[in-house]
Amino acid sequence: MGDVILTMKGIDKSFPGVHALKEVNLELRKGEVHALMGENGAGKSTLMKVLTGIYAKDKGTITFEGKEVEFKTPKEAQTAGIVIVHQELNMMNHLTVAQNIFIGRESMNGKMINDRKMNEEAAKLFKLLNIDIDPKETMGRLTVGRQQMCEIAKAISTDAKVIVFDEPTAALTDAEITELFKIIEDLRKKNIGIIYISHRMDEIKRITDRVTVMRDGEYVGTVVTKDTTKDDIINMMVGRVIYEDPKTESNVPKNAPVVLKVEHLNAGKMVRDVSFELHKGEILGFSGLMGAGRTETARALFGADKKDSGEIYVNGKKVNIKSPQDAVQAGIGYLSEDRKRYGVVVDKTVAENTTMASLENFTNGIFVNNKKEKEITKKYVDALKTKTPSIEQKVKNLSGGNQQKVVIAKWLTRNCDILIFDEPTRGIDVGAKSEIYSLMNDLVKQGKSIIMISSELTEILRMSDRIVVMCEGRKTGEIGIAEATQESIMHAATLRE
Amino acid sequence: MEKTGKKGIFDAIGTQKLVAIGALVVLFIFFSFAGSNFFQYSTFVNILDSSYYIGFMAIGVTFVIITGGIDLSIGTLCICCSLIGGTLFMKAGLPMALCLIITLLIGCLFGLANGLMVSIMGLPAFIATLGTMMITRGLGSIVTGTASVTFPQTNDVGGWFRNIFKLKGEGLPTAGIPTGFILLIIMAILMAVLLNKTRPGRYILALGSNKEATRLSGVNVVKWETLAFVISGFFAALAGISYAATYSTLMPGTGNGFELDAIAGVVIGGTSLSGGVGSIAGTLIGVFIMSVLKTGLPFVGLQPHWQLFITGFVLIVAVFADVVNRRKQ
Repeated sequence: MGDVILTMKGIDKSFPGVHALKEVNLELRKGEVHALMGENGAGKSTLMKVLTGIYAKDKGTITFEGKEVEFKTPKEAQTAGIVIVHQELNMMNHLTVAQNIFIGRESMNGKMINDRKMNEEAAKLFKLLNIDIDPKETMGRLTVGRQQMCEIAKAISTDAKVIVFDEPTAALTDAEITELFKIIEDLRKKNIGIIYISHRMDEIKRITDRVTVMRDGEYVGTVVTKDTTKDDIINMMVGRVIYEDPKTESNVPKNAPVVLKVEHLNAGKMVRDVSFELHKGEILGFSGLMGAGRTETARALFGADKKDSGEIYVNGKKVNIKSPQDAVQAGIGYLSEDRKRYGVVVDKTVAENTTMASLENFTNGIFVNNKKEKEITKKYVDALKTKTPSIEQKVKNLSGGNQQKVVIAKWLTRNCDILIFDEPTRGIDVGAKSEIYSLMNDLVKQGKSIIMISSELTEILRMSDRIVVMCEGRKTGEIGIAEATQESIMHAATLRE
Repeated sequence: MEKTGKKGIFDAIGTQKLVAIGALVVLFIFFSFAGSNFFQYSTFVNILDSSYYIGFMAIGVTFVIITGGIDLSIGTLCICCSLIGGTLFMKAGLPMALCLIITLLIGCLFGLANGLMVSIMGLPAFIATLGTMMITRGLGSIVTGTASVTFPQTNDVGGWFRNIFKLKGEGLPTAGIPTGFILLIIMAILMAVLLNKTRPGRYILALGSNKEATRLSGVNVVKWETLAFVISGFFAALAGISYAATYSTLMPGTGNGFELDAIAGVVIGGTSLSGGVGSIAGTLIGVFIMSVLKTGLPFVGLQPHWQLFITGFVLIVAVFADVVNRRKQ
């Protein structure tokens, strides 16, 4: 490790209603691979966005190569020598590899673009990196891993001094990961500073020199990797005071019947051989890190995405779910994590949204029976304590928590006995959160069964009777609530095959 | 300009374009055998004549479609520009050369307006150009006082411009020499070079593929997206001039529907409506399929309306072939 190349000190950033970064520090040396770790929502990405000029910081200083800097655009950061290799790749899929690498700074021959020269330059870069990619290949034809190599090549061609890798291995195969680590080793030898964001503990141990841990937007600490154990790092990541009491034992009777059984579900890369059971009156938590395949499992189960194979049994009977319509018919309701896109129709009223999934029960011939619609809507507005001035209010004027209640009312109206809650409290304030929690508890008491996908460990521990943990499309753990701890869940969530 | 190498010929040229070329060849052979008198010089000239205005419009709008946008205004803009140019010549007595330049400038201006509405004001291209489509259709009538405009004949004063599109005279075939075809090809080559070999073309392709990534690469996407619409407007005006040269009389309020023919030609030729890919050569093939149909059908005893009927099928088959091919990958 060489001299310090980058220092971020006391970085503070607030968004309306959220204090995203609180006095965060980070120090990077030349030729160092520095891991940045934390749970989902800990503020890692926000910190990197502040560094690369996507967000402006409120407080704090960034010192780069001995000078205080403040980048206003990603382009400025890039020109100075700080580039980020994004998790979601920013590629022009229809252009060739070389055209992508040199976009915005093409080699010219008078007024004409000199594609041949760019191809040669790209070939040189790849040779330097020891990667075999044809610069003339169309970008969209490469695997994600190869596309990532192209992004790295692009970063190097701009003479980057600091490269940020944002979860680079999330979509890579093992062979590609080995290749990537070789490249990172080479970059280290060239004295480039590397910030490495990842959840994978084994990778952190394998390639990083130091680890900085963040939690809830705060700086927890920086440790030297080789002097630290995996457990130490996990403790740093989850070590907050748990202010919401976790459930200590399951509320589900031992003999509760199985209402939903999923066997060997496969759908694309994100759902691989997933099997589980859901009992009557149970809240089954689905935990895991971002991209673990939880939402994909729910969508495949619900028929929203095509499944490749697998069997689904509802109340012991095998059902063939090919579309959301089939799932609803079988009594399964899905409350999307993206409420505004998939959950409610924001421009429609509370009443219209409530009957949306079961309108055929509220019609006389082809006409909507407004009286019946009103009755049922009133019933659920009262039962769920939805705060709305009237049932004719447009849903977009309600708060997030109340919108969520309208979605719940929709599925209850449809008589769904199995409800899948995908991130039920995302974007909902603390007060409304506990209301949603007690609502879910009421629902299971009434004999409904719930699958709850959540990225918040505290939420999982507070609500679930049993927990399924996923990692990279596979089920890597199933833990009864009595035995579950943050550490045991995190351990399963970082288990690679 | 396509890349070959490890990939098969299908991938190199594109399934859709191959289907289009195939359709063109099949149609040609079919008409040559089935229709008596089809295979002769005057028929070729007819085919070419009826392809100019759609051809120019299609070349221009290819750029807009590559950005992922659409330009619905080109049909009425084509007639509107020409009506204004013709009125300036007939009523104001300006020299023809100046009138033609003004015609082209008006096309560029409307293209610029479309471009700014989309790139800066953020209107959806469909809506912005639907608006200018109506505006240009109305404007043509307003300028001419709803009267039709007849352009001068070849030998009259100012009629020289027709020679750009067709040479007639002693010692030449009665059908004339289709010089417009030469202009069409020259323009197509220039635009193919612009698209594939220069920065503006590269950035238009890039922003059509992934606008945000292109912007983050430090490329001025506003400028290049606007340019695509200006090119489209310019070619609409050029199409208007070729239309005047071919058909002499222009009626205000017409031009509706030309844009859809042009867009169909572009799509048959393999340019994707979702942006990022496209080629000028493909566009020309698409356009010629339509004009071969239009000219050829009467030779086998079918009315030209059948052109639309059959073009519709070609369009669907060509695009479907591409969809199937892409799904396989």
